[in-house]
Amino acid sequence: MGYPPEILLEAVANGLLMGAVYGLVALGLTLVYGVLHIINFAHGALLTLAMYAAYVAHGAFGLDPYAAMVPLAGLFFVLGYLVQRLVIGPASRGDDSNMLLVTLGLSIIIENAMLAIFRSDTMTLRLPYAMSMVEMGDVLLSLPRLIGFGVTLLVALLLFVLMTRTDTGRAIRAVAKERTGAALVGIDVAHIYAVTFGIGTACLAIAACLLLPSFYVSPRVGNAFVLVAFTIVVLGGMGSVTGALLGGLFIGVVESLSGLYFGDSLGQIGIFLIFILVLLLRPTGLFGARA
Amino acid sequence: MTARETLPILGFLIGAVLVSLFVTSNVVLNFLVFTLILAIAAQGWNLLGGYGGQYSFGHAAFFGMGAYVSAILQQRFGVNAYPAVAFGIAAAAVLGYAIGAMVFRAGLRGSYFALVTLAFAEVLRILANATEITGGAAGLLISLNLGAGNLQFADRSSFLILGAVLLALAMLITLALEKSRLGAQLVAVRENESAAAALGVDILAVKLRAISLSAALTGAAGALYAQYFLYIDSNIAFGTWISVEALLAPIIGGAGTVFGPLIGALILQGLSEGTKLLIGKIPGLDLIIFGVLLILVVRFPLHRIPGLLAARWRGKGAP
Amino acid sequence: MSQIALSRRQALLAAPVLLSAPSIAQAQPRAIKLGIIQPVTGALAQDGEYGRIGAELAIADINAGGGIKALGGVPIEMVFGDARSTPDGGVAEVEKMQAEGVLAIVGGFASPICLAASQAASRYDLPYIVDVGVSDQIVTRGLTNTFRFGPGFGTVTASALDNLVAINDAAGKPSRTAVIVHEDGLFGSGMARLLNAELPKRGFQVLETISHPTPSRDMSNVALRIRALNPDLIIPSSYYAEFVLLSQTLQQRRIRPKGIYCILNGAASNFRFVREFPEAANLVMDCNHWADPRKAKTAELRRRVEAQGRFWLYNVPLNYSAVMLFADALERAGRADRGALIQALAATGAGFDSHIMPYGPTQFVNGQNQGGKPVNTQVQNGDIKVIFPRDFADAQPVYPVTG
Repeated sequence: MGYPPEILLEAVANGLLMGAVYGLVALGLTLVYGVLHIINFAHGALLTLAMYAAYVAHGAFGLDPYAAMVPLAGLFFVLGYLVQRLVIGPASRGDDSNMLLVTLGLSIIIENAMLAIFRSDTMTLRLPYAMSMVEMGDVLLSLPRLIGFGVTLLVALLLFVLMTRTDTGRAIRAVAKERTGAALVGIDVAHIYAVTFGIGTACLAIAACLLLPSFYVSPRVGNAFVLVAFTIVVLGGMGSVTGALLGGLFIGVVESLSGLYFGDSLGQIGIFLIFILVLLLRPTGLFGARA
Repeated sequence: MTARETLPILGFLIGAVLVSLFVTSNVVLNFLVFTLILAIAAQGWNLLGGYGGQYSFGHAAFFGMGAYVSAILQQRFGVNAYPAVAFGIAAAAVLGYAIGAMVFRAGLRGSYFALVTLAFAEVLRILANATEITGGAAGLLISLNLGAGNLQFADRSSFLILGAVLLALAMLITLALEKSRLGAQLVAVRENESAAAALGVDILAVKLRAISLSAALTGAAGALYAQYFLYIDSNIAFGTWISVEALLAPIIGGAGTVFGPLIGALILQGLSEGTKLLIGKIPGLDLIIFGVLLILVVRFPLHRIPGLLAARWRGKGAP
Repeated sequence: MSQIALSRRQALLAAPVLLSAPSIAQAQPRAIKLGIIQPVTGALAQDGEYGRIGAELAIADINAGGGIKALGGVPIEMVFGDARSTPDGGVAEVEKMQAEGVLAIVGGFASPICLAASQAASRYDLPYIVDVGVSDQIVTRGLTNTFRFGPGFGTVTASALDNLVAINDAAGKPSRTAVIVHEDGLFGSGMARLLNAELPKRGFQVLETISHPTPSRDMSNVALRIRALNPDLIIPSSYYAEFVLLSQTLQQRRIRPKGIYCILNGAASNFRFVREFPEAANLVMDCNHWADPRKAKTAELRRRVEAQGRFWLYNVPLNYSAVMLFADALERAGRADRGALIQALAATGAGFDSHIMPYGPTQFVNGQNQGGKPVNTQVQNGDIKVIFPRDFADAQPVYPVTG
């Protein structure tokens, strides 16, 4: 079926906006992977936790999700730092398969804690601007999504500066490249691991605040974003910050267009096929170099 | 493989037969049958992951293949359950070979291998949910037709023996592999792939044999699941839950050992059911405790306690 | 009132049975154990929780009304089991309940759980009353222990189509084209197939069938396709969160068809949706399970559920009624015996009126209640009104929505 150009244009624009948030979710995952070399099973559950946190911040303190973004990012940085330092690190004793089990255990705990506390209801925030649209020529764009796009770019930029211009960033990159070498030159590897995990978790807090105005919260909501985040991480090259962002945008557009032509169900196959093909043919990712 | 090495497996079988004779509680029998199904699936994972070091996140692909092929043959083509299950296992092995051929040829290992297997399982799940022959989203119901000739048993104890025999077979295969040239090569690949290649091991051939065998075992578990519950759908057969169970059990119980998957499956299911029995009031609370216990088991490995005690014993005997 | 009166009559009818079987009467337990299976963790936790509320309310009502009178007023004791949203979880709970000696089991919610659990129960001739599970496979397997009070898939879709035609005709046939939007699971896919076969026969052209996964992250594409097709009707069949996203997106993009006609929709008959998205929800129609607005009990139950801080969902009345069916059959069986209970369940007739569903006279054929029917509701000014069938509708349909 042929679609008129303005519909195609709008689909692409929507894909880009949605893809940016996917990219933000993937950012945390790719950082943790690049440095700790683990696949963090708790990523989706941490996103869920962050969304509940933003929900509660609104309900209990009247904080708008956008206003809650910075304090929550700080809070989740500390949370991520402590979880890595006090739970994942000690419990896994340096063994990769143990880390996998521990993050899996964490995800079970978080998901069911949310279920026990908030019950199973699907909850949504009602915000005056949630339904606002911005008209750009023929194209109608959702205001919360546009804000999400802008903030994601800003976060990616900040992360890029952090990684390239600061001592912490250099230490993170050193640990990612050569763990033992970094330890030899006096870098506290356990600390850097925890910092990286904290940054990854802080990214999730920001993503949660960006999603909440136009999305819902339920105890399993994070799962909806995890597989797509994995795809993006692979696509962008595991460990690459720019790769995650570009991968997110790319997947967003692919999802949008394949959804338009094949329906959203089978459109999902498109994402996984790309995922498999990229892994088989170009496992370092489409967008080249590692960070 | 000496008689002495097979003794523990024989012991397990005898134990299972005794349980089936003397345990009358269907709660316990049902628990054990489900645990055995998981242990068989986990034994499959263990062959490839435990011995070969190739951590798959997508063994659901093989579990589902075994389940769907045997169920489709019975329901849609009127094939008897026994050949249907055999075809299911064979189909899983072929799928394992095909995925292996693509993935190992591309040289994927570690996390890349884990993720690509996950993606294959997801593609199969979406396809099974959308196509006609699998019953689509409505799933596939195997007609209730009790009788040993249809591999359906009225009592759960018969299923227990069937599951135990299948698991014992899987353990024997694992043991035989452990002692074989292929097993030695597989472990060499796990420990250091480039060194193994330098020694003249055909890495690709070794991995392909391992993944086919691994897929066949997990496929058998899938077929057994379908035979036991008589119903499958895409989320049961190809869902991530079974991929996770299949890898959790061996890692908890001891990856790369013959009894690891069984011990791990018993620990996991025991924890899961135990917490559910003790704490039932608030939904989710039992699973929170399960998660905490899971982390604690990783931190303080329970399965090593017998081993540690044995080491201590020996230590006392020979100072 | 009528409920108590009926129970008394049944108690009298049951009296001779008791007299003729004194040994059984003496062996009456102090409480009748009733198994309630619901998925209260995992993907289906929301539905399971509301199902449990319905069952709890019914048991509370029965016990407050003096228990099972035919058995000398013994109360019902709930044995609850969490199916964890999986069929094997359901089977494990059936085994536990069998070990605890329950007299019957009510619940399951999802078709896969109902299929597996009722089959496991059939090994023990343990009566199983399905609360929701609409798959028609549930009642076509020849299991004598399995009963479903509510309508199955085939009945729901047939009614949905008939009612749609009736509503459209009454308004002067404003709609001729439709787009079907469905989730790609059991509910949605089967529905879409049926609608594609049936709608053209009834004079509607299906412009497109759009499926989406559960969970979905975004509905913009679906909305875009709908905008390009510009159908008169949108027919969605999705779970709660996805329909909320869809209707929000439609509202955002100012896509206003002549009607949004849902079938078995997770949100359109849900007061949470109405409360939280009054604009997006307004005038959405749904063909679904719904409690009978004529019965005083319905309003009372709704108040009690809302007093718990929960919303009024169809799972509550369906489970309430299923437990009432159990109690009614037990009164008629006159003894706590599974075989007798199964016979009594199968023989349930028009006399069973302690339920709160808007069904015709109860009559079971192969375990399926022939009286079970869905109704059409419409969200009107922040409330959910019954608009069809006309004989007990409490509002007129507002249709077409746009001129």
